[in-house]
Amino acid sequence: MGQVTMAQALNTALRDSLRADPNVLVFGEDVGALGGVFRITEGLAAEFGEQRCFDSPLAEAGIVGTAVGMAMYGFRPVVEMQFDAFAYPAFEQITSHAAKLRNRTRGAVELPMVIRIPYGGGIGGVEHHSDSSEAYYTHTPGLTVVSPATPADAYSMLQEAITAADPVVFLEPKRRYWTKAEVELPAATEPMHRAVIRRAGTDVTLLAYGPMVATAMEAAEAARTEEGRDVEVVDLRSLSPLDEDTVCASVRKTGRAVIVHEAPVFGGYGAEVAATINRRCFHYLEAPVARVGGFDIPYPSPKLEEHHLPHTGRILDAIAELQWEEDR
Amino acid sequence: MSPEHWTRPSRPDEQTRNGTASGPAATSAVPTREQVIAGLRATSEGGADLVQLLTPEGQRVSHPDFDIEVTDEQLRGMYRDMVLVRRADREGNALQRQGQLGIWVPLLGQEAAQIGAGRAMRPQDMAFPSYREHGVAWCRGVDPTELLGIFRGTDHGSWDPNTTGMGLYTIVIGNQCLNAAGYAMGQRFEGRVGNTGGDSADNEATMTFFGDGATSQGDVHEGMVWAAVYDAPVVFFCQNNQWAISEPTERQTRVPLYERARGYGFPGIRVDGNDVLASLAVTRWALDECRHGNGPVLIEAFTYRMDAHTTSDDASRYRLDDDLEAWKLKDPIERLRVHLVREQIADQEFLDSVDAEADELAQRFRDFCVNMPEPPPERMFSEVYAEESPVVAAQRQDYLQYLDGFADSAAGGVH
Ligand SMILES: Cc1ncc(C[n+]2csc(CCOP(=O)(O)OP(=O)(O)O)c2C)c(N)n1
Ligand SMILES: [Mg+2]
Repeated sequence: MGQVTMAQALNTALRDSLRADPNVLVFGEDVGALGGVFRITEGLAAEFGEQRCFDSPLAEAGIVGTAVGMAMYGFRPVVEMQFDAFAYPAFEQITSHAAKLRNRTRGAVELPMVIRIPYGGGIGGVEHHSDSSEAYYTHTPGLTVVSPATPADAYSMLQEAITAADPVVFLEPKRRYWTKAEVELPAATEPMHRAVIRRAGTDVTLLAYGPMVATAMEAAEAARTEEGRDVEVVDLRSLSPLDEDTVCASVRKTGRAVIVHEAPVFGGYGAEVAATINRRCFHYLEAPVARVGGFDIPYPSPKLEEHHLPHTGRILDAIAELQWEEDR
Repeated sequence: MSPEHWTRPSRPDEQTRNGTASGPAATSAVPTREQVIAGLRATSEGGADLVQLLTPEGQRVSHPDFDIEVTDEQLRGMYRDMVLVRRADREGNALQRQGQLGIWVPLLGQEAAQIGAGRAMRPQDMAFPSYREHGVAWCRGVDPTELLGIFRGTDHGSWDPNTTGMGLYTIVIGNQCLNAAGYAMGQRFEGRVGNTGGDSADNEATMTFFGDGATSQGDVHEGMVWAAVYDAPVVFFCQNNQWAISEPTERQTRVPLYERARGYGFPGIRVDGNDVLASLAVTRWALDECRHGNGPVLIEAFTYRMDAHTTSDDASRYRLDDDLEAWKLKDPIERLRVHLVREQIADQEFLDSVDAEADELAQRFRDFCVNMPEPPPERMFSEVYAEESPVVAAQRQDYLQYLDGFADSAAGGVH
């Protein structure tokens, strides 16, 4: 099939899902004629008609709130938030309604719906276009939160998310939308909730997801060539639930762990991973679990984001501080 | 069928619009898509509800409620405002194309709406803008160069809302309407509204700017609810430029937007947004109403987004050129120019001098832009809290040390 971008993979996943299940609906701001500001829904309105893929009024609480209602009626809505920070007006619908309805109705009502959110920085976006909001969602019981890092996963995980029984917050690393890979679509990768080893190594485990997987891979390569360290990279893929077994197997093997994410470190998702590692791998650790993330500041203006976002240099620094034998 | 027909519930004895016997009242009142569009635009061609003082041909017309006296100097001033603001706007687009700006948000076509509204404000008033309000910023004394930081990516807006009476640009759609309502409530609570006699000159008002798309947002609805129940002195100035990125106004509403005000209990007025005089007249009236304690007021400025949504947008994907061509005939600057010349309010020398000034502004704007310094990294760590948090302080120190490491090694390489 050849080179496929993540954007194309997502588009194909939506198309195939619309074809496979007449209950699947796609809606959100500008997803119709325009095909979405990132063109993820390109061509869907033309192919499936206004009933299946349509532009919504400019109201995110409305988008998610009506999706809840439609899911109750038997549809499988797949809605788009235009950017990470523009999902906040929908926060109440996501956390108080979508996340809880199964529990409140003791299982009588199921909400199969997907909330797609392009997230993270690195595209030089003006204010509010670069947030990493994953921890708000992972902190909400009832939500499933996943984030693909490759075109193949984007296809496979989105399809799986659409068939899931519970609401899925599907976080798309927007800076990787145009990343290409050799993929044969339809692609079926590992199950959505499984973490995968992207690069095997023996010295230290780098844990990342979404946009930071590629960064972690670069850092791993630099660690090999510059420092002679053999770094293992784990792509978490699913943030809630977390695939503890894969994470812990890797950390037990290497004895060292660094978690990388774009979001601010304080109260960030990395804290959850670190706690899990401490709980399950304590006796295997050679050094405290390290976290590399965005600083604890409001997302800075585009000219400063290269400083704010984790990059190879900062990851190598964190690795260097993991109490290596030669430093002891 | 007039739009009023289907916006009120139909009586059981009424015929449905296709002439057959009526079914349930609610069903027979449902408008077709064409009727919705016709209703939304019903007053755009000069119908009774559209306030216009200057026709697209530059003809001065009178209006029973909103006529104003303006001096020749004021007219020339507003012409100059519009030409300069448009010129800076076009330069912004060009700078983006040349890679000097990350993005630009064009105001092209909306000059009259913004200059009319902006010139109706007094220094003590407060504006809460969205992100397209370059004309309002100009009227508030914010130099166009101060807009550049946002679009070049060096800051989030460099002007001081307190000294300029102009809030920062608001990108999250609709947020500012609630903030404006709260600010206006403050003005009322502090007794800066409704004073008479010697104090009346100090009366204050607030105005918030937002788009047609924004009217769907919960924050805008809530802003109107709050402003109404607290009699807040706030003017909701909605620029209906017909588009919210790729979505036409009929995706947001069935009724003309100004009519929504009635539901909140305050007046709504639709003004020709390409007529600077009408925009001035209506906004001045609305702000005065607010200052007198009769706020809030909704103004719908009926206009058109002549350019793409932003420089990142490709409008050809969703709209036809026909519309654009039709709106070109209603150009806000051209109609005032024709009027000034026909009425001999301005001569060629004046028009030339404004053009020359626009050239100078464009040059200054460009020079400023390309010479903007890169923000130093330590900047992003400051002003997070009144008192710096120890977490951020430590991060700053670590990171600057990290950067210093490179400075040393670079210096080392020179030796
Ligand atoms: C809460 C929120 N959702 C989505 C967006 C993305 N967005 C930016 S501008 C825009 C359209 C706004 O249309 P309108 O209110 O008519 O203002 P205009 O751009 O036409 O001036 C959208 C959807 C946003 N900025 N904020
Ligand atoms: Mg608009």
